[in-house]
Amino acid sequence: MSAIQGIDPTARRVPPMGGFNLTVLRIEMRRMMRNRRTIIFALIFPAVMFLVFGSGDQGAEKVGDGNVSAYVMVSMALYGGALIAAATGAGVAVERALGWSRQLRLTPLHPTVYILIKAFVALVMGAVAITAVNVVGLIKGDPQMPTDTWIYCALATMACVMTFAALGVFAGYVVPGENVMQILGPGLALLSFLGGLFIPLSQYSGTVRDIAYWSPMYGVAEVARAPLTHELPWYAIVNAVGWFAIFVLGAAWRMSKDTARV
Amino acid sequence: MTTQNTPAVRLGGVTKDFGRVHAVRGIDLEIEPGEMVAFLGPNGAGKTTTIDMILGLSRPTTGDVEVLGMQPRQAIARGLVAAVMQTGGLLKDLTVRETVQYTASLFADTKPVDEVLESAGITGIADRRVAKCSGGEQQRLRFAMALLSDPALLLLDEPTTGMDVEGRRSFWSAIREDAQQGRSVLFATHYLEEADQYADRIILISNGLVVADGTGSEIKALATGRVVRATLRDADTDTLAAIGGVDTVEVRGEQIYVHAKDSDAVARYLLNETGARDLEIVARGLEDAFLSLTGRTDTDAETGNSQTDDPTTNHETEGALR
Repeated sequence: MSAIQGIDPTARRVPPMGGFNLTVLRIEMRRMMRNRRTIIFALIFPAVMFLVFGSGDQGAEKVGDGNVSAYVMVSMALYGGALIAAATGAGVAVERALGWSRQLRLTPLHPTVYILIKAFVALVMGAVAITAVNVVGLIKGDPQMPTDTWIYCALATMACVMTFAALGVFAGYVVPGENVMQILGPGLALLSFLGGLFIPLSQYSGTVRDIAYWSPMYGVAEVARAPLTHELPWYAIVNAVGWFAIFVLGAAWRMSKDTARV
Repeated sequence: MTTQNTPAVRLGGVTKDFGRVHAVRGIDLEIEPGEMVAFLGPNGAGKTTTIDMILGLSRPTTGDVEVLGMQPRQAIARGLVAAVMQTGGLLKDLTVRETVQYTASLFADTKPVDEVLESAGITGIADRRVAKCSGGEQQRLRFAMALLSDPALLLLDEPTTGMDVEGRRSFWSAIREDAQQGRSVLFATHYLEEADQYADRIILISNGLVVADGTGSEIKALATGRVVRATLRDADTDTLAAIGGVDTVEVRGEQIYVHAKDSDAVARYLLNETGARDLEIVARGLEDAFLSLTGRTDTDAETGNSQTDDPTTNHETEGALR
């Protein structure tokens, strides 16, 4: 018998995949669904907005492969997905402030795997928000577009929401505390107005439109709707990729600045 | 088995600087399997910094740290080291059971979640949100999380802060029982009494250095004798030190402090042979021993002559010792 009864260090194993597992994903999802504010603003509000602006007579007008109603539905789904992804991202800084990150550092969970889990949760939650608006659209019956266009739009939107997961991480570090969503929520709504999610850019004056082209919601909105509209200006792609890079780099920069004392 | 001779913790010439602050200035120590060791010292002595390095949360500036013969991160990855934090480290929107399940899922092998909840006495509140748990319940949850992986080394940073006397006693009897199973326990405290009562060995740390290392009674033996204080310019410290029974001689400005077993001989010399005045003889208690060993006397405290390794927690060290 060794001096350490029943504890033989050589017999201990390291978990596979840096600690990645489904239990953590399941609990993380449940946490997000438990947040009433997130559910209301990311799942219910976009669906209501769609019902207000996306149905009725003007919704029947033709856009690309489909109609205006489909166009509005994709826009609202992007807004809901972006909001919920940002909330997930902001959780990273909140968990750090609570000392949870330090607690996790005392487990085999690799810090990179932690970020991957958060990214995955943001992606899945984004998908839930997108699905919510799409299901309402399907039930209402107003949006018209070919099935494959419908699917491509949803997938493009999912990719786009990752930009806001990164923004959430970044903002969470810049604005400490648990109230970061009180800034991100209205902030994202403002960006959505400016980026043409709630109101078409053609309604704006030339000056506002010029600013809008540079704002973070514009590029991703064009990308998400591209399968429907078949229009994707080069500067929209530059905008989408640029803002994704800026937010990811910003998040990485703040996080690396912050590792001196876990 | 090879593990028999592997120390639970081995620090070799460990230092840690934060910018220009030398938080740890060279610590060598070994902790044997099954030992229960207290890290005793005032806040800012380098206790937390040292524990962070043992946990692999930070790297030493120089020197090396080994836990059960491995790098700290390797030991953590195998669930061999666990720690209980004083505060924080919990997600408020999870239930108690979810918190334990979450933690358990990250290790390769753990004890069953229900068994751990049961032994921590939190089965009854398993479905309660952490936010709704009392401080004591949260502390029990932290223990459940720490014991999940059946660690060979358990680190506790000021574990009984905020507990009442009864809570403290039952806490320590549980930990002691645990240590008898062969688990090494290292706890940081600034309660001398607590260290004396519950640790097999006390390591006294001050200004980032080990200033004493021994059993409780060995540490207490350092507290025998008296202190003779007097005002004396240009004291002849060599002659004073040569007086029988004198342990140490300290000069601070015009004040001299002589720690001696035979205080009469010191007083006689000072009054008869020198121009010393304003002489005073004080018995040394445990606190004095602690304070003199850690270099934290009243004069030091007044000038704020201390380094702090955690500016967010600045408890009254002297108060806690009384």
